[in-house]
Amino acid sequence: MFYDNNANRLRKEILIRVARAFFTKEPADTLNRIPVAMRPKLGESSRCCIHKDRAVLKYRCMAALGFSVEDETDELKPISEYYAAATLRTEAVKPALTVIDEACSACVTTRYSATNACRGCIARSCESACPKDAIEFRDGQAWLNPDKCVNCGLCMKACPYHAIIRIPIPCEEACPVGAITKDEATGREVIDHDKCIYCGKCLRECPFAAISDLSQMIDVLQRFKSNTVVAMIAPSVTGQLPGTLPQLVTALKKLGFAKVVEVAEGADETTRHESAEWAEKMGEGERFMTTSCCPSFIETVEKHLPEMKPYVSHTPTPMAFSAAKVRRENPDAITVFIGPCIAKRVEAAKNPDVDYVLTFEELGALLVGAHIDVNQSDETPVDSNAHREGRGFAASGGVTGAIRATAPDNAALQPILVDGIDRKTINQMRAWANKTCTGNFVEVMSCEGGCIAGPGTLGNPRIALKQLNALLNDSPSLEH
Amino acid sequence: MKKIKITICTGTTCYIMGATHLQRLDEVMDAAMLEQVEIIGSHCLGYCDAENFGKAPFVKVNDQLIADATLDKVIRKVREILNTGAN
Repeated sequence: MFYDNNANRLRKEILIRVARAFFTKEPADTLNRIPVAMRPKLGESSRCCIHKDRAVLKYRCMAALGFSVEDETDELKPISEYYAAATLRTEAVKPALTVIDEACSACVTTRYSATNACRGCIARSCESACPKDAIEFRDGQAWLNPDKCVNCGLCMKACPYHAIIRIPIPCEEACPVGAITKDEATGREVIDHDKCIYCGKCLRECPFAAISDLSQMIDVLQRFKSNTVVAMIAPSVTGQLPGTLPQLVTALKKLGFAKVVEVAEGADETTRHESAEWAEKMGEGERFMTTSCCPSFIETVEKHLPEMKPYVSHTPTPMAFSAAKVRRENPDAITVFIGPCIAKRVEAAKNPDVDYVLTFEELGALLVGAHIDVNQSDETPVDSNAHREGRGFAASGGVTGAIRATAPDNAALQPILVDGIDRKTINQMRAWANKTCTGNFVEVMSCEGGCIAGPGTLGNPRIALKQLNALLNDSPSLEH
Repeated sequence: MKKIKITICTGTTCYIMGATHLQRLDEVMDAAMLEQVEIIGSHCLGYCDAENFGKAPFVKVNDQLIADATLDKVIRKVREILNTGAN
């Protein structure tokens, strides 16, 4: 779990360059020049040539402006026109992950391949193991015929030299629900949005950074003029940006937010309701209850685990509580959730109280674009009454800890933690719903480690966890 | 002996581009090397605004600038200085 690699840095560089362009005198022109600035003439290219690189970069900029690559109708439409269209948008774009097809390297369909380590031995165990006659010998070495190979892997197991390898397709491997598959005609990956749970795992795992989500940076910037934009900062903010939280509040106000609220307060509210709900359900003889705060888990239940639905808590999420409070205080407020999560965009689209969602990556890019140095900013006291329990939602085990601290009958609490949604844990959850569950409270986090390890984070999860624990020790508790 | 000074820029650009991960430097460096270095965080060093210095994050090892810094690049530079006795 360490995502500081060149693909990740490239994604952030695009966001920063696009955000910087917004703050220049000629944003349209600056945006059009990004592909050229990043791949200058006679410079190095990461693909066949700088021209292909530039084409890919243009699509990356499109996504950073909130447009799906799949929606392109005119290949000659410059970035500036997308920018112009983006500035006219009045509502957040429908959340979606987009595959930058030019960047997708069309990973090979045949998952098994014989390498040069093949000795062309006499035994030829691979040949005898293959049920489809797919192994041929060319120049004394094994060769797998892709037209016959059915990817069973028996040859790999049979080879005494470990000369046959399995070549995975990283995005498909990472997807817990089989939502990303290869289009047979083009060889490129396509996302089935009826299956996608917006966990962001494909986006992180693609070594070519070919998958992107649709940014709402420009939409938020456009709204600043109204002077009613409220930043709702997720509990997982710890460790994501330089400086302290009070310094970040100053930076956000300088950027254009009228008000900053800590969603950890909403999480306190979720804690109070969820612990009461759990106690009530157990009293009514329910077998177990799951958490409801992870939007990717909610998508998983909706699309892949309908049998789990009766067990999911009905308590609103921290974001929902916080947004409702902001709206109560000012019905005209424009609400922007800032967090580590892509799936939150889906939750926001369903909740009229939440207008926009930015990831920490996007917020960081906007701060860079506006030349705001968080570390050098003054401290503005955070106007918040957040507790240890709510702030703890940021890491796996946090919700359980909060419920344990506040549930009326916590001695009866038998918690189970699903720390990361993958194929295995989905099957496990299905079994809990259909048969028996060994616990009575199930905390589900789509990201291993919890929100502090989400796909839109900037911080190192281990360092963030350390900083979070220190903050929790200094925070008051809801416990009586 | 004079310690090798490692300055990690924690200006907004560097932090976002990966300096946050460089905070693990003291965890990944071996004990012997760790004794010979001094790791400090710094406010914006000012390299991010000009293209000619390369990409953020920036780290300075003594007065040598490392662009697009990674844990590995920093450690290699320290080793190079230690090996050549150029400190």
